[in-house]
Amino acid sequence: MLEIKALHQSFGEVDVLRDVTFTVNEGEFVAILGPSGSGKSTLFQLIGGILAPKSGAILLHQRPINGEKGHMSYMPQQASLLPWRTVLQNVVLGQEIQGKANKEEAKQWLARVGLASFEEAYPIELSGGMKQRVTFIRALLSDRELLCLDEPFSALDEFTRLEMQTWLLSVWEKHRRSVLFVTHSIEEAIYLADKIVVLTKRPATVKQVINVPFARPRQEALLATTEFIALKQQLFTLIKEEKA
Amino acid sequence: MKLWQRGGAATLFLLALFILWEVIVRWQEIPMWLLPAPSAIVTEGFQSLPDFIPHILATIELTLVGLCIGASIGFIIALMLHRLPIVNRMIYPLLILSQNVPTIVLAPLLIIWFGFGLLPKLIIISLVCFFPIVVATMDGLKNTDPALKHYMQMMGATKGQTFWKLELPYALPSLFSGLKIAATYSVMGAVISEWLGAKKGIGVFMTYAQSSFRIDRVFVAIFTIMLLSMALFAVIQLLERTLVKGRAKEV
Ligand SMILES: Nc1ncnc2c1ncn2[C@@H]1O[C@H](COP(=O)(O)OP(=O)(O)OP(=O)(O)O)[C@@H](O)[C@H]1O
Ligand SMILES: [Mg+2]
Repeated sequence: MLEIKALHQSFGEVDVLRDVTFTVNEGEFVAILGPSGSGKSTLFQLIGGILAPKSGAILLHQRPINGEKGHMSYMPQQASLLPWRTVLQNVVLGQEIQGKANKEEAKQWLARVGLASFEEAYPIELSGGMKQRVTFIRALLSDRELLCLDEPFSALDEFTRLEMQTWLLSVWEKHRRSVLFVTHSIEEAIYLADKIVVLTKRPATVKQVINVPFARPRQEALLATTEFIALKQQLFTLIKEEKA
Repeated sequence: MKLWQRGGAATLFLLALFILWEVIVRWQEIPMWLLPAPSAIVTEGFQSLPDFIPHILATIELTLVGLCIGASIGFIIALMLHRLPIVNRMIYPLLILSQNVPTIVLAPLLIIWFGFGLLPKLIIISLVCFFPIVVATMDGLKNTDPALKHYMQMMGATKGQTFWKLELPYALPSLFSGLKIAATYSVMGAVISEWLGAKKGIGVFMTYAQSSFRIDRVFVAIFTIMLLSMALFAVIQLLERTLVKGRAKEV
């Protein structure tokens, strides 16, 4: 569905992305794992059309979308909810930007994930985890094929993070969308993704693409299996090479 | 609850001051024409109320019209300066300069140019109250949370959408801060403009009182001005409470 082909990007003298190539298939969950400052957020800005790449192509259904805005839905690291809007008004923001807000659909979604009683609450009344749930629903509701998540859980504490990962999986496994998920956490990448794209340090290229073989739906118990730990080890070695 | 307690404390302190004032005036036997006691001012206030009310109403009207004009101009200037950085660099220093010209000096000039009608008065009020609005609105627009702006960008929001859905509501609390300052200034501006010639208004009442050495009436006017400022402030605060949502409750 989404193809990134030989993407190059530099800021002035600094090369950030070099020959980045990978694909995201229909309904696939792809994690991007790479060292800090390698250019992951830059990659999202390219897909979002805020930046135009120096060379290379971004294809959505074989159609180049270089520098075109509005093809992806986005979930940032910080919750980024508008403080003066209620939860309900916040989750339809993405739809509003596209054109028309569908409050009924939004209400159904909030009910489905157990946030119905918070429809009229303001963000200030929510916990960090709840805010991220709302942001995720907002991303799901904007009717775009590609969902880009930039380290959505890195600001949460360890307990909430695991809870949120499991929650995200449960929602996503029922409502498959093509997802591109940036993370620093090896464990998170394995737990959530179908495919992990490991980036090198700056300038970033694709070091390796690893398929995650675990069946879905996945449960937290998976985290303790030997297969999981072996894969984690393998990825750890890969990343360690980058640090050296 | 907390606000109420704080308001209560302020009222109590004010009351203590008045009592002290009353005691000193009586004890030192300060003559009426130098400094009237609070009790004398209150009595005079009630006595002259029927004559005074038309003056008060005239000032309220002038203040509100002037404030609306000044605030609108300030808001429009802020939007312009925010959108056009070049204009900003050219005009902003001039705006600051305009605030350094004392109203008292400017007022007679305006009267020479525009006569004794409504226009010079409205210009004076607008001049004293547009600036806080410009500064506050611009600050509010400029300080829009970058994370929220980034989200809007990533979602491909247009400039207009970003402005209406994010920047303007984000600047609203700031705008209200500016409006509160402007409101206080506008009452002052109205009274000053009335000093320079009007048929009705608290300023006119004050001028009469002064020229006939009715210090008690001057004080009545002063307290009325204070009450008016406070009332206007309260109205704007009420408006703010209803319009600005989802912020932390009362700081
Ligand atoms: N607008 C810009 N101008 C200049 N340099 C930039 C710009 N944006 C990013 N960079 C540089 O590009 C590199 C990659 O930045 P990017 O934010 O994409 O990294 P990242 O992989 O998302 O890092 P992190 O994991 O810490 O979020 C960084 O070294 C950064 O300094
Ligand atoms: Mg980043």
